Amino acid sequence: MEHITLLLGIVIVTALVFDFTNGFHDTANAMATTISTGALRPKTAVAMSAVLNLVGAFLSVEVAKTISGGIINEEGIRTEVIFAALVGAILWNLLTWLLGLPSSSSHALFGGLIGAAVMSAGWSSVNGGTVVTKVLIPAIAAPLVAGLAATLATRLTYRIGSRADDKATAPGYRAGQIASAGLVSLAHGTNDAQKTMGVITLALVTGGVLAPGSNPPMWVIVSAGVAIALGTYLGGWRIIRTMGKGLTDLAPPQGFAAQTSAATVILASSHLGFSLSTTQSCSGAVMGAGLGRKGGAVRWSTATRMFVAWGLTLPAAGLIGAAAEFLTKQGTWGVVLTGALLVVGSAVIWGLSRRQPVTHDNVNDVDDSDDRDDNGGAGADTAGTLTAAIEDDLKATIPAQPGASPEPAKTASV
Amino acid sequence: MKIDWAALGSVFGVSLVVTVALVGLFTLGIVGLSKRERATEQGGSATLAVSGAYACFALCAAAVGYGIYLIVA
Repeated sequence: MEHITLLLGIVIVTALVFDFTNGFHDTANAMATTISTGALRPKTAVAMSAVLNLVGAFLSVEVAKTISGGIINEEGIRTEVIFAALVGAILWNLLTWLLGLPSSSSHALFGGLIGAAVMSAGWSSVNGGTVVTKVLIPAIAAPLVAGLAATLATRLTYRIGSRADDKATAPGYRAGQIASAGLVSLAHGTNDAQKTMGVITLALVTGGVLAPGSNPPMWVIVSAGVAIALGTYLGGWRIIRTMGKGLTDLAPPQGFAAQTSAATVILASSHLGFSLSTTQSCSGAVMGAGLGRKGGAVRWSTATRMFVAWGLTLPAAGLIGAAAEFLTKQGTWGVVLTGALLVVGSAVIWGLSRRQPVTHDNVNDVDDSDDRDDNGGAGADTAGTLTAAIEDDLKATIPAQPGASPEPAKTASV
Repeated sequence: MKIDWAALGSVFGVSLVVTVALVGLFTLGIVGLSKRERATEQGGSATLAVSGAYACFALCAAAVGYGIYLIVA
């Protein structure tokens, strides 16, 4: 750890912050259905998920050797570019969290990397074909396959289970849900914590601290695992609410079918050579389970908002990443300014979230008297009322962040 | 740009089959166990249903074990 420069230090801290946001952004994937069906109490659920994420971080020895999986040309990438990419990914993660929208943290990171790399070295540094195969197709396929599997599984479990009464089957569904959710958490820890380890390792290599091709040092593994676990434990309650209550109403059998489908799709896809995104799989599974029950319905207004967020993730994180890279290119003051803007931007988003806090106490309280088709549950409600405020605040507070102001406006027009 | 349709197709197929099979097995297990309660209430026994239920759960546990193996490996 001897020759760590200021820039390298900033990149490492930023990478850990991203890991943290990744954790709380993705708690919903594993635990939203478990929490909304009451299989586990909210605090217990996030604690379990956090522990499994931490365990997962240590499980796999195969650390991501590339952070973008070939989407951008990582040869000769500069440390500033990684920093700028992380800034884009973090701000987009926080923004979607504020709006309570589940979106892929990996896509945000890819978007940030693409934006920063293009600003740094031009369009030739991006492999367009890989973007299609690693981002676009998985984003479309994941919700379809997980949704279809969850729909069929829900139908089946209702058909078989109709002969038994609810009280007798409830503990069983509960146990099944917890097991599937545990698998998703574990898989998340191995995949996503590895990603941050890859980022930090790459930064250390580009900074000349580590020899190319080296494995991450122990302190990197530990800090990445702890950061993602802390984030998970904090819980992205806004997203949990949208996924557990906002998209559809889930009964225990549906929660079980959805979570099992998500776990299966994630594991099958990552081991059959066509990785599908966790967030998209889980959201798709929840919607599929909603459609699979007789009389069940998906709140398409909330779902549409989520789809739009998915579509915007890459370009939006890319824009912020490009803007950040434009600043960091200017030299040390640019790096410091970008860091300051990141802190201010995050603080503003956090401040806005305090206007209508969603915590483990009220995560399941969705006002049923509301016209839900209109509001799409409280998560979406929050989104609607906050968008205008965010737009104003962002413009007023951080005018120098060209990437940050356009998306709230776009989201508002949805 | 080369899209690996075969891999995508097998992800579709495997996910569908495994999910439906697991959920079906597990539900059968749950229903089997609930029969025991009803049987005890009525003073009878439901040995077949219960052992069937445990067989279902064992298969599901094996699947979870295989899942953990896939994550670790």
